[in-house]
Amino acid sequence: MSDTSMRPRPESPVETQHGDQELERLLEPSRQPAAVRAFNTVVRSREMSILLVLVLVVAAATFKNPNFLFSNNGWRDLLLTPSILLLLAAGQAVVIITRNVDLSVGSVLAITAYLTGRLFIDVPGIPILAVVAAGITVGGVLGLVNGLLVSLGRVPALVITLGTMYVYRGIVLTWAGSDRVNAGDMPREFLRLGTRSVLSIPVLFIVAVVVVVAVGYYLHAHRGGREMYAIGSDPNAAVLYGLPVRRRVLSAFVLSGALAGLAGVVHAARYGTVSSGAGASIELEAVAAVVIGGVAIFGGSGTVWGAAIGAMLLVTIDRALPILGIPDFWQRAVVGVLIISAIVLDRVLSVRRTRKLIEARDQS
Amino acid sequence: MAGPSTRATTLELRDVAKSFGPVVALRSGSIAVDAGSIHALVGENGAGKSTLVKIVAGVYRRDAGEMLLEGERVDFSSTADSKDRGIAVIYQEPTLFPDLSVTENIFMGRQILNRGRRIDRAAMYAEAEALFARLGVRIDPRRPAEGLSIADQQIIEIAKAISLDAKVLVMDEPTAALSGVEVDRLFAVARSLRDEGRALIFISHRFDEVFELCDRITVMRDGDYVATLDTTSTNVDDIVALMVGREVGDLFPKTPADIGAPVLEVRGLTSTGVFHDVSFEVRAGEIVGLAGLVGAGRSEIARAVFGVDRYESGSVTLSGKPVPSHNPRAAIRAGMAFIPEDRRKQGLVTDASVARNVAAVVRSGLAKAGFLTGRAESRAAGPWAGRLEVKTSALDMTAATMSGGNQQKVVIAKWLATNPTLLVIDEPTRGIDVGTKAEVHRLLSELAGQGLAILMISSELPEVLGMADRILVVCEGRLTADISREDATPENVMRAATRAQEAVR
Repeated sequence: MSDTSMRPRPESPVETQHGDQELERLLEPSRQPAAVRAFNTVVRSREMSILLVLVLVVAAATFKNPNFLFSNNGWRDLLLTPSILLLLAAGQAVVIITRNVDLSVGSVLAITAYLTGRLFIDVPGIPILAVVAAGITVGGVLGLVNGLLVSLGRVPALVITLGTMYVYRGIVLTWAGSDRVNAGDMPREFLRLGTRSVLSIPVLFIVAVVVVVAVGYYLHAHRGGREMYAIGSDPNAAVLYGLPVRRRVLSAFVLSGALAGLAGVVHAARYGTVSSGAGASIELEAVAAVVIGGVAIFGGSGTVWGAAIGAMLLVTIDRALPILGIPDFWQRAVVGVLIISAIVLDRVLSVRRTRKLIEARDQS
Repeated sequence: MAGPSTRATTLELRDVAKSFGPVVALRSGSIAVDAGSIHALVGENGAGKSTLVKIVAGVYRRDAGEMLLEGERVDFSSTADSKDRGIAVIYQEPTLFPDLSVTENIFMGRQILNRGRRIDRAAMYAEAEALFARLGVRIDPRRPAEGLSIADQQIIEIAKAISLDAKVLVMDEPTAALSGVEVDRLFAVARSLRDEGRALIFISHRFDEVFELCDRITVMRDGDYVATLDTTSTNVDDIVALMVGREVGDLFPKTPADIGAPVLEVRGLTSTGVFHDVSFEVRAGEIVGLAGLVGAGRSEIARAVFGVDRYESGSVTLSGKPVPSHNPRAAIRAGMAFIPEDRRKQGLVTDASVARNVAAVVRSGLAKAGFLTGRAESRAAGPWAGRLEVKTSALDMTAATMSGGNQQKVVIAKWLATNPTLLVIDEPTRGIDVGTKAEVHRLLSELAGQGLAILMISSELPEVLGMADRILVVCEGRLTADISREDATPENVMRAATRAQEAVR
């Protein structure tokens, strides 16, 4: 990244003569050397700024109390606590990128978490993998219901999933009643998954990261993923392009449901007890994580990486604020301010970008 | 320049029909496009061109008729279907994904894949660059689609069509928003595609362009096929005659009215990119028709006069008093009434009762101590609805359940309750059945007879010719003709609306 390589090459035409690098980055990125382009994509990204905030929060909390990071428990909690939200945020990001939203994930999580407990109780000796598969499948089916209602019924996802959020919660309330699955009901090796680490990295965190990477890779490098961006960017144009809009929206919801199902199993392993109230209002945290991570709420842009970092930040702030001595009330307010500033920042950046592009067009 | 007769027919439609509910959009559309030729499709607004294009594109499914692609019968159930068979359509408004890069826009749905079904971005950028080089344009393949000019957006659409190796390329009014240089560039590209043996359909209202570019012309009228002619063996006059081709009957009972002093005076109204230096006047008792093609700027002029849209320079005076710009409330107070084109969206609260709708604009005058009673509303609305013969059993029937004609009458009633001196009405009979149309026309005629000044925008030529005392023709944001009732013919209005005079000269 030498200094000269940042400058436009000599044959650059008029618009770069007054050295407007930002405009060049926007209008003619091909003019820049590949290394500069890659550098810009990474460093100037939304994800990087959120990561920076996360690092700052961790640094501040560690400065106040070194155990926040430099203790076995501190390190483990830093990675383990966000694992569930990471899974939900990955699914939610995909749904929001297609210009939809899935508010039912908390209720899906509750159903599969309770299902996990019931399977261990009712089917003694059931393999753990079978339980995980059951959780993912049931979650996927519940997601399919959402997807079918949204893509065939042509009703806004906000309304549909708000409805299924209550319906699914109702199902688990009826099924579980006041019953509670306790740690003693589940096999020890299952519960150990919740705390075990490999090379000091918690297993559940590894699972979440693998999911995030897989989903992120799909969105970046596969046709289906790119089509999801296209659908979110302009749904009407997507129809005229002949993209399989229904199928893509349906799969986004199935994915979100399946990941919420997996999150339910993870929830059971992590906490050891499951009641019908599991995962209440976590759907809003998932939406918040996605928005903080830079996914546009009206779809079409943003990444799963961003959503994942957003989830980490959201959970970590929650844990760091008490250490920093911030009173209870203000902790909630800080999260609120974070969400609003993330949205305002996105808006400002996008308006600025649009203005620049239009100015450039009018000048030419 | 191959003669059309020596070439094979690529796409053929025979007696294709399409209706939406009771509305027939296309009665019998036929066209045969040869490989290696550019075929123009012309017709008035509402002739069925866009419906035909959408059937070819797979957006709509035809109700009847045949469609043949390279001699083989085809039936597209989706846009993906028609695309797979090599048909590319460039719509009037290009449809791109603003958030994505230009390259992604070109290849969306058909991205180049390498091993592992992974998208090969490098190959896509290279190919996009090659496409742009071939089209002779400088667009960075990595830049976002957001902020591209309309001309560049169309180039992206064409690049898409070429990369698809489309056999048939349909361009629906591609030149409407282009400058002269951009049109030349587009035409050069179109010709090179023709010389490669592709079949092109070109829809345009500009006859000079049609005659410059196309080999053959198919004319449509009122959803029907009229004729197909070789460009070399016809001229603008013949085409216009075929497009209009009907007598103006007595469907429009305009009764003569005494024309008084000027009510509305518009001077030098300009809004950059929309309309330029528009000046006209409307007198008491006079119906002035604003004719022109869809998108010529008629509605925009009306909206600016009423104060909904801004304008940069010029003035509007009503009965000698200046009307402030961008202030519809002041315009209403000054005595202006405005009935927009889409009455369901803009002119009527369809979920509210007739009485409430009629009373809506006079509400401030009805309210007692800030409260408004249903009875006061009905009292104010009753006489108007009665006079207009709105067929509603009661005034508290909701407006949404009424027919289009009755809805239109409610909207008119609503505005008459403000005692206007000028009525601006945009497409008064769009979507109204023939019987009620005549009633709306009679009503407008009566109102003019009572001394109301009326500015009527209409895309239906017979309506304008039958109703208006004077016709102003708008073409691309400028007034191109001011024709009195006696002198007006379908031909001279159509010419002014299409700038055909320039082509003839």
